[in-house]
Amino acid sequence: MTTTLLAAEELNPLAPHPIEIIVGLIAFLLLFWLLKRTVFPQFEKVYAERVDKIEGGIKRAEEAQEEAYVLRQQYEDQLAGLRAEAARIRDDARAEGQQIKAELRAQAEEEAERIRQRGHEQIAAAREQVARQLRAEIGGISVQLAERLVGRELSAETRRTETIDAFLAELDELAERRETAPAAGGAS
Amino acid sequence: MTTMATAPAPGFEPPGVADFNLPPVFGEITKPVLLLVFSAIIIFAAFRFTVRKPALVPSKSQFLGESFHGIVRNSIARDMIGAEYLKFVPFLTALFAFLLVNNLFGIIPLIQFPTFSHPGVPYALAGLVWLLYNYLGIKRHGFAGYMRISTWPPDVPWWVRIILTPIEFISNILLRPVTLSLRLFGNMFAGHLLLLLFILGGQYMLFTADSITLKVMAPFAFAMGIVFTFFEAFVQVVQAYIFVMLTASYIGTSLVDHH
Repeated sequence: MTTTLLAAEELNPLAPHPIEIIVGLIAFLLLFWLLKRTVFPQFEKVYAERVDKIEGGIKRAEEAQEEAYVLRQQYEDQLAGLRAEAARIRDDARAEGQQIKAELRAQAEEEAERIRQRGHEQIAAAREQVARQLRAEIGGISVQLAERLVGRELSAETRRTETIDAFLAELDELAERRETAPAAGGAS
Repeated sequence: MTTMATAPAPGFEPPGVADFNLPPVFGEITKPVLLLVFSAIIIFAAFRFTVRKPALVPSKSQFLGESFHGIVRNSIARDMIGAEYLKFVPFLTALFAFLLVNNLFGIIPLIQFPTFSHPGVPYALAGLVWLLYNYLGIKRHGFAGYMRISTWPPDVPWWVRIILTPIEFISNILLRPVTLSLRLFGNMFAGHLLLLLFILGGQYMLFTADSITLKVMAPFAFAMGIVFTFFEAFVQVVQAYIFVMLTASYIGTSLVDHH
């Protein structure tokens, strides 16, 4: 009777086997405990590190970008300043150059004017001198010519002409010997 | 069945409950008992292997271990439990691995016995889950608060409550462990029976039966056995997944904030 009961009991598929419950629970709980203690913390640690690495990387990249942006802004500002400075310097230089050119031209014109003036003065002085000399010489020469004319016989027309010609030739000789302005003076 | 044995060849005895009563290997120790211990050992060994040298850039084995852990962590625990999910990930992962390996024993050559076609451990695990989610609920909301969450859905007219509250109580408090364990047990039991039917049937047709037709048809029985082996692999994975998914869901509802 007990065997049939046992057999009937064992044939019920819904009837649990106590040893399986005990061993199964122990095996599972032990497995759970061991995994929880040794393996899963490692996984979580790696996940956390990975997240940290990635998020840290992104954050660092953002910071670097921000910094680069600020630097670029700074450089652009500086560059704009420098450009303005350069333009200003160029303008200054141009203005200065213009001024220098104008000054030099004015100076040159003044100089030229002065030289011309001096030339005029010299010429005037020379003429004055020549005129003064001529005046003195013509006086003497006229007296000489007059003396000669008076000293000889003013009889014949030809003789008088000869005398004047000779006198003029003498004067010419004289002028050639002197080689200066009196020749012109003698001609006039 | 015995009455059919009038022909020279004995009639085919379909596999039944008796086929699940395996003789003890030694003493009280039966095959499922050994399988339980074996599964725990290989799961622990496999996980230990995957984290032998944990690195930020995982090796192939570490990646596998992480993927397994990650599935339970990110697509079961986080979705089902919410903010406090991390606390339960170790339990759920260990449970999933334990269920999966023991289920897959059903189709692993030479083992070929799903441990949970015996209902003892499913009962025990479902009981464990029942204790866990009730404990969490009572600890979080107090006994009355927990009962209200479990049996007193908001915005229901009083005359519906008369019938709804007992149903909710029975389904949420009493029947959950029963359905949880029987679903697993039933699937494993039926699957194994199905495979036994095809394989033993094919064997009978090929070797025992007199009819030449049956002998010729035998390969089809084996072929169906192979087809159903693949199907069983799918069922075994799905059942392990469902068990863990429901466990996470129960934990999640116990921890949910009531307003």
